[in-house]
Amino acid sequence: MPVVDSVLDLIGNTPVVDVSHLSPNPKVRILAKLESQNPAGSVKDRIAKAMIEAAEADGTLQPGSVLLEPSSGNTGIALAMICRLRGYHLKIVLPENVTSERRQMLEAYGAEIIPSPAAEGSNGAVRLAQRLSIEHPDWVFLYQYGNEANPTAHLTGTGPEILADVPDITHFVAGLGTSGTLMGVGAYMADHAPHVKMYAVEPPSGEHVEGLRSLDDGYVPPVFEKWGGIDALHGKRIVRPADSLTWTRRLVNEAGIFAGISSGAAMAGAAKLAERLDEGVIVFIVCDGGWKYLSTGAYTDDLETVIDSIEDVVYF
Amino acid sequence: MSNTVNVRIPTVLRPMAGGNSSVELAGETVGDVVSALVGVYPGLQENLVDDNGSVRKFVNVYVNDEDIRFLDKLDTTVADGDEVAILPAVAGG
Ligand SMILES: Cc1ncc(COP(=O)(O)O)c(C=O)c1O
Repeated sequence: MPVVDSVLDLIGNTPVVDVSHLSPNPKVRILAKLESQNPAGSVKDRIAKAMIEAAEADGTLQPGSVLLEPSSGNTGIALAMICRLRGYHLKIVLPENVTSERRQMLEAYGAEIIPSPAAEGSNGAVRLAQRLSIEHPDWVFLYQYGNEANPTAHLTGTGPEILADVPDITHFVAGLGTSGTLMGVGAYMADHAPHVKMYAVEPPSGEHVEGLRSLDDGYVPPVFEKWGGIDALHGKRIVRPADSLTWTRRLVNEAGIFAGISSGAAMAGAAKLAERLDEGVIVFIVCDGGWKYLSTGAYTDDLETVIDSIEDVVYF
Repeated sequence: MSNTVNVRIPTVLRPMAGGNSSVELAGETVGDVVSALVGVYPGLQENLVDDNGSVRKFVNVYVNDEDIRFLDKLDTTVADGDEVAILPAVAGG
């Protein structure tokens, strides 16, 4: 391997591991793309780098700039790594109910944390950041939910990597957050392998969010609407904590993959899909490692206890 | 003939649904179930359906955890014992 100048050169080109022995259908292969191998630990390294480079190229970001971003963790951590290297000051609006590891990683990379109410979940973080960006027009607001560089990073990076490594892919499964992963990879597949079907999994986060006055406070990311949205997907399902945690543990115990909880949800979605197919090759995204979730007890505590307690944690 | 399903009500809508977290209702399609729900709790009507009778943009409805936008939307049929979940759209990331 060549010696690189910066950890930022290590973003992307992530490996794919065959976990077909976990497939409930012997005729369906299941492959895990390990985005956890990115230097700041998640798939979000790709979009953080792409958004910052785009903003530097168009002059939005200047030496010494202050950035503001709502994030439940991974995007914030990835931005924090890059801002530290580039000398920008980063403010992350972070829901109070994320794991302490996420908060500590942001602090390790020197980001400033602006807490948003736990009861409002990540919608509350988005709302608070939008308000702060209006009050402080001098802060650079990259806004991952509406930034073209987010899906574009997956259109030009994640998508081509997957098709190059797995030319016989038939189905793709990933968590739905900003929708950048699914919209970007989906756009690439639509052009180069249009038979590939795209499936989204999501946690039941909306169930307990209390800080909404009505469903009109719900939130659909502009990236989702602009990049095809519902029409770009072939299915979307909720994966509940019991399934997410069970599959997170199976990934560790039966494949040695120490993944985060949303990756367990994606694996659960892949397994469910495999049951319904005659044959196929499913690629799913392991979007981060398990490190940032150790404090939840997800890997070691009594399963029933964690299933209850994880409902109050934002893990997507 | 209609089937009985369990409808999960998200926290945000419970005040409009008599404080219940779930309700048992009958119907043959998701549309029937939603109609039955707003029949019992009229305050939910404007939160769930738009003027065209579609599920509102910021509302996701699931049958056995599958989003009905990928099934037959409100015409999706339900079976006895199915679970219908209503959730507000939420950001991640
Ligand atoms: C842990 C985790 N899983 C899944 C996702 C979904 O990715 P995307 O924002 O590309 O939809 C994210 C980010 O939102 C995440 O942090």
